[in-house]
Amino acid sequence: MTLYYKYLLMHLRAQLQYKGSFLMLSIGQFFIPFTMFAGLYFMFEKFGKLQEWSFIEVAFCFAIIHQSFSLSECFARGFDSFSSLIIRGDFDRLLLRPRHTVLQVLGSAFEFTRIGRLMQSLIVLIFAISQLPQLWHWQHIVIILFMIVNGVFIFVGIFMLAATLCFWTVQGLEVANVFTDGGREMAQYPLNIYEKWVMKLFTFIIPFGLVSYIPLRIILGKVDEPLWQAMIIPFGGALFLIPCYLIWQFGVKHYRSTGS
Amino acid sequence: MRTYTSVWRIRFLNGLQYRTAAYAGIATQLFFGFIFIMIYVAFYNQTPVQPDLSLQQVVSYIWLQQICLSLVMLWVRDPEIFELITSGNIAYELCRPSSIYPFWYSKLLAQRVANMTLRCAPVTIIVLLLPEPYRLTIPTNFITFLAFLITLLLALLLVVAISMLIYISVFWTMSPTGSVLLFAVLGEFLAGLVIPIPLMPKWMQLITYAFPFRWTVDFPFRVFNEHIHGNELIIGICSQVGWLVVILGIGYWIMKKAIRAVVIQGG
Repeated sequence: MTLYYKYLLMHLRAQLQYKGSFLMLSIGQFFIPFTMFAGLYFMFEKFGKLQEWSFIEVAFCFAIIHQSFSLSECFARGFDSFSSLIIRGDFDRLLLRPRHTVLQVLGSAFEFTRIGRLMQSLIVLIFAISQLPQLWHWQHIVIILFMIVNGVFIFVGIFMLAATLCFWTVQGLEVANVFTDGGREMAQYPLNIYEKWVMKLFTFIIPFGLVSYIPLRIILGKVDEPLWQAMIIPFGGALFLIPCYLIWQFGVKHYRSTGS
Repeated sequence: MRTYTSVWRIRFLNGLQYRTAAYAGIATQLFFGFIFIMIYVAFYNQTPVQPDLSLQQVVSYIWLQQICLSLVMLWVRDPEIFELITSGNIAYELCRPSSIYPFWYSKLLAQRVANMTLRCAPVTIIVLLLPEPYRLTIPTNFITFLAFLITLLLALLLVVAISMLIYISVFWTMSPTGSVLLFAVLGEFLAGLVIPIPLMPKWMQLITYAFPFRWTVDFPFRVFNEHIHGNELIIGICSQVGWLVVILGIGYWIMKKAIRAVVIQGG
């Protein structure tokens, strides 16, 4: 853990060396979800509501997923850019060190400019919570935190899977975007607006539904379920990490260096 | 001219090398198309007031967006050119016996067309065979389709001209990332890639009309789904040509200035 902390500090210092570029990138990152949010807002202005969901409620959903996404992009960047490690053959070096590969890959890169994105979604989140008085309880705030943290786990898990794929394909594949960017796009909206198969896929296989839609319905009072369920369900996201980790280990075992 | 066509051919063949990437791209595009359409279906199914862009038109709009993605996206960038400038290898580029603006222009153009040709045919066939409401509806008459091809071609030329401005800006900023990101994000929104422009409120539509971006995406797609026709179409094509000439002119002029003041980055 202290090693991870050291990695973190090192990368933070390195990135802060280029202040101008850092600032510009952060601002740019601030605007990406901003235009998406503007799109969301315009849609609601045109249509009024989305089934039983109001604009504020969807904005809340949007903010949670974007928080998770930006946090995971910041901290799990190493897995996201893993193909470059493989191509350069640098992964061999990691294998030689007496530390766990997951830790080292995590420590190989951080992307702190995602703070812009994080800020934007934080603003949306605070705005949404302030408009939804039924959320003003400490239990609810705890649940929201659980949702965000477990959302991070899911994204990290997907990044890991995509990275594992690189052991065989060497090049990173765009198809992983279906689950990261696609998952993010899709989980911004409540899951029940989609076709059944999409809903099932993203509840049971890749459990985005467990960190957004299902607990959301409970804490917003859409269904009459006890609150403790909303506390437990998000941890499905953490469970998702287990198979991802096992597959990663399997991939490491089968790793063959590119040799260059 | 022959130089440029051969640059074009090399690029094209180069793009064709990455076939697995193209297959993966196809899957990705289909998935995104599905998700977006489902969101619009959910919005449209519950509303009593139909907006003036019908659901069917939105569906065509989304599929076109996915099919033509590599043609009309603003951010398809060529890291090679950025590197040329920041590493100082631009010096070699200047030694070539051909003017640099058209050289890069044809390079970027070829890259987009190569990406597109690999992907468009399979995706198009699949989306034409899908069940309702996901199917792509083709225009009712041939003239509309022809008009679409013309406007799409102009859009392509325009978007490459705009992206040239981004590359040229690197001569001054040296670090491509921040400013480009901002430019690309706002440009894509104003082009109608986030949500179709007719679904925006009136005041936002007026803002998008003031920029050249909407002629690159919104206009050809709405010609295809027959939301724009008649006089509006003729005027639109004229504006496209107008913008194209203006932006090419600006780009060419700034490029000249940049080259004259260029500092070769050593190292």
